[in-house]
Amino acid sequence: MMLAWLLIVPMAGGLLAWLAGLFNPLAARIVSLLILLLDLAIALPLLHSTSNIAMPGNWMAGFNAPWIPAFGMSFRLGMDGVSWLLVVLTILIGIFAIIVSWDEIDDGVGFFHANLLWSLAGAIGVFVALDMFLFFYFWELMLVPMYFIIAIWGHENRRRAAIKFFLFTQGSGLLILISILALAFIHQQQTGVLTFNYFELIQTHTAGTLGFLIMLGLFIAFVVKLASFPVHVWLPETHTEAPTAGSVILASILLKTGAYGLMRFVVPLMPMAAHSLAPVALWLGVGSILYGAFLAYGQSDLKKLIAYTSISHMGFVLIGVFVFNNIAWQGVVILLVAHGISTGALFIIVGSVQHRLHTRDLARMGGMWTDLPRLSSFGTFFILASMGLPGLGNFVGEFLILRGAWAMAPLITVIAAIGLIPAAMYSLIAIQRAFHGPADEERDTHDFGARETAMMLVLAAAIIYLGVYPQPVLNVAAPSLNNMQPQPATAMLKETRAG
Amino acid sequence: MISYLWLIPALPLLGSVILGMFGPSMGPRLSGAVGTLSVGLAAVLAMAIALQWLGHPPAHSMYQQTLWSWINLPGFSINVGLYLDPVSLLMVLVITIVGCLIHLFSTEYMEGEDGYSRFFAYLNLFVSAMLLLVLADDLALLFVGWEGVGVCSYLLVGFWFSESANGYAARKSFVVTRVADIFMLAGLLLLATQLGTLNIQNMLAGAVATWPSGSLMPAVAASLLLMGGLGKSAQVPLQTWLPDAMAGPTPVSALIHAATMVTAGVYLVVRTHALFLLAPSVLDAIAIGAVITLLVAAFAGLVQSDIKRVLAYSTMSQIGYMFLALGVGAWPAAMFHFMTHAVFKALLFLTAGAIAMRLDHEQNIFAMGGLRTKLPLAFWAFLIGSASLAALPVISAGFFSKEMILGAVAAAPMPGMVLWGAGILGAMLTAIYIFRVVFMVFLGPVNTEISGSYGLRVAIPLVTLSAGALVVGWLETPETLGGQTIFSQFLSPAVGVFRHLPVSAMIPLTGIAAPLLGVAIAYTLYRNGTWARAATTEPSRLTLFLKSGSGFDTLYDAVIVAPYMGLVQLLRRDPVDQMFMLLRDLAVALHRQLRATQIGQIRRYASWMMAGSVATIAILLFA
Repeated sequence: MMLAWLLIVPMAGGLLAWLAGLFNPLAARIVSLLILLLDLAIALPLLHSTSNIAMPGNWMAGFNAPWIPAFGMSFRLGMDGVSWLLVVLTILIGIFAIIVSWDEIDDGVGFFHANLLWSLAGAIGVFVALDMFLFFYFWELMLVPMYFIIAIWGHENRRRAAIKFFLFTQGSGLLILISILALAFIHQQQTGVLTFNYFELIQTHTAGTLGFLIMLGLFIAFVVKLASFPVHVWLPETHTEAPTAGSVILASILLKTGAYGLMRFVVPLMPMAAHSLAPVALWLGVGSILYGAFLAYGQSDLKKLIAYTSISHMGFVLIGVFVFNNIAWQGVVILLVAHGISTGALFIIVGSVQHRLHTRDLARMGGMWTDLPRLSSFGTFFILASMGLPGLGNFVGEFLILRGAWAMAPLITVIAAIGLIPAAMYSLIAIQRAFHGPADEERDTHDFGARETAMMLVLAAAIIYLGVYPQPVLNVAAPSLNNMQPQPATAMLKETRAG
Repeated sequence: MISYLWLIPALPLLGSVILGMFGPSMGPRLSGAVGTLSVGLAAVLAMAIALQWLGHPPAHSMYQQTLWSWINLPGFSINVGLYLDPVSLLMVLVITIVGCLIHLFSTEYMEGEDGYSRFFAYLNLFVSAMLLLVLADDLALLFVGWEGVGVCSYLLVGFWFSESANGYAARKSFVVTRVADIFMLAGLLLLATQLGTLNIQNMLAGAVATWPSGSLMPAVAASLLLMGGLGKSAQVPLQTWLPDAMAGPTPVSALIHAATMVTAGVYLVVRTHALFLLAPSVLDAIAIGAVITLLVAAFAGLVQSDIKRVLAYSTMSQIGYMFLALGVGAWPAAMFHFMTHAVFKALLFLTAGAIAMRLDHEQNIFAMGGLRTKLPLAFWAFLIGSASLAALPVISAGFFSKEMILGAVAAAPMPGMVLWGAGILGAMLTAIYIFRVVFMVFLGPVNTEISGSYGLRVAIPLVTLSAGALVVGWLETPETLGGQTIFSQFLSPAVGVFRHLPVSAMIPLTGIAAPLLGVAIAYTLYRNGTWARAATTEPSRLTLFLKSGSGFDTLYDAVIVAPYMGLVQLLRRDPVDQMFMLLRDLAVALHRQLRATQIGQIRRYASWMMAGSVATIAILLFA
């Protein structure tokens, strides 16, 4: 039941925030903050619980209620280690998103927070849904409010960016819908039962062309969400034009749903098809790493630069997922969390820069360290973290991915590792152009205050923790990685290999 | 005492955290004190451990301290643990003691600079990362320190960030070394996959047990590690960053780019020498590369006019000697030269900084002159340092360590005599270029205004290091000078017993004569005004070539940097995005076409309806 509350609280809370906003903007902010703190209080204790509903595998919590029994759809939820990590990340980042909007969002405050909470609820739903149709429902719930956030509260070119975001996400949503319907129908053909239950569908034999096409539909949808080359094109513009809170949620959470979808659904549901697509996926990963890194270097808009770095980092994730081994998958989990933290922090910093300088243009920055030392040192720290500096979280993720990938695909691994050189190039040029250099322009020299410093310290502590002592996170993730290699999938793979 | 080992890297880290969090509000005196004391305490602790070690060495002459489990997965685990043996103990002593002196010097040198506490925060962080590098018992952990020192070097080279040129130098130093680090990372991945562990001792034992000597795998693994080391240690072909790194404050050059970080490559090879012994061809390549580096750098040193650049090239060249020793398997000789070099090169850099303090940050040797009487402390310190760098016989530490290397090279079975000849040529060139500086700076008329005076915080490090540069050589002496072997005996549990192989008497005699000849040449050219004339006339193309460090920068700019930037420019607007925009254009074009059919003419609509009906009927009839 706790899982259901985890979703009900932010969904109802969104409505509450909207109503509160009609009377007083401040009330909307406070309500939203309290709602998320409550949600966090629900989520955290689940770490040490075990599911009271019998489900194959290791689950911390489960929930099942009838939804649309006629079509075999149920309100089936389940949380394991990876879900828990991503849900907690979602709530934490959500809290930061509300805090950074405190000064930035002035009009339509209530509706803004409602959209924020609904989008977060959608993301949480995506991470815990175990009914494919329910998953689709949450997928849409996560994206539509985000569309409003970009279109209403975004920057100069928000309309264009919002349309692009809408087209790409709805396109991939359509692919998901078609794929899960097709999967359910195959399952019905094989067993005579129409169901969208994840554990039932996992039993489906998905060999052959149709299985491959279903896999391809989901793969494309998730890879669009992951913003892999060459379907990344929605990301730079959307992240750049969204308000700070929107960019933070997009980069820290929404990208992760793509990776989660690949690990939770594509690989276990269609193992053979996924394995046969692996070479393509790996090369796409390498392409993303290099393409994102080269493009990041050339940007003159700091926010866009960071957006392109996400493409590069998600390339590592794609490689990690498609080498199908535990070490790399552990790396993927760590990298998802670490990237969520470091990139979230960077977007918060860019938001503060824009708030002070009224520009994101690197040509007009330079020498910020002289005027804003605290902001600049945090900026440098998180850029170095995202560059993969050993001792910080992102490195652990990338290192484990490369370690896991080496045995399976040495060439890919070597090229991916070479991609760390352009990563250093864009990271350092960003530091140079934003923070170093002469301070020529007169500007607001109001440095980070207590609220911003506190946020940064929390995020910095988290990224250091992940870097020096990732073991607890690895332990949380380990059982759920077994969930993602369920017995039917491994059996099917063995069958194919034997035959 | 030894169980407090973890405090050695932790103390400077703590100092760095304190300075980073509270530095701006602490004021310069307290910042300097925290920075210096944290390293000072680590030095005291290191010396206490060393004394205990000398009295009662632990079993097998090594001590392991596992702190916590970093990554523990089925099939792959890494512990955060420290490993102390004579090699790492020696490194720790040099890093903390020289580091402490340099911190002390910096408190006076950096006085009045903006970002005073930030400077010490970075410097402390560097020391901590360097200590982690040498104490790590796992290659992955070593890599953490390895990249950590790289980042600190980057931050400190670009410390005066308002100058864009400093930023460029800083980025160059980091990116070039990161290229090397990627090789090393690949080496780590290879070793981890092949041998299942990165714990250094287990990995080496596994390598020796699994791989026959001379086979491919150890050669590949050793080459990859070596490339990492070459980058960090500024050796050909990854040496180009070091001269530019002189943009940083001079104490940084002394600590990072002379005494400690740049010798990390030497340490890495010594630490994993069992792996390199399985790959004789790689060792040969090391020796040959070392000779190239030491000559390229020595020639470059001959024609520089900036005192720090002379010292930078001399560092490159001296590390070349260390790699030469590694190439012939003379591990203790490499470590010995590392130690003496750390002392005399730190001394030279600090003295150059001390001179600059009094001369309004002048670094051009041709603008100086006559400082012998004006700055006696600097003169004597620089002279002692130069004597050691040039390896002047008996009186200098550098003499003993260079003799040890050249003796081992001459006795090596490989084309040892050729390498030895190159080493001797290098030794002569070294004496010429450094005494060129000594004569230009300290003799002749005074050309500059001199202001201020030295405080104790400058004097103590200079005097201490001068004393060191005179005496540390006596820890290991050739047969004819007492045959002292304390140093190599101390290291022997870690790297094996070192034998001074018998060579003909000509070898040491030539080694003594070469530097003396070099000094004489330098003096002659100084007296007849050749140096001074060269500074004022248009340099020849050969001079320009040598001065640029033999044109590596030009080559890399043309072959790597320019294409890279070209690609960045080409992709800047995201061509894939533009392809997707074609879809939009297509939709708009179709829209225009279709709109043209809806122009309100009933006649046309009627004819379309007609056509449609006919088509439908036709399909129904014939399908």
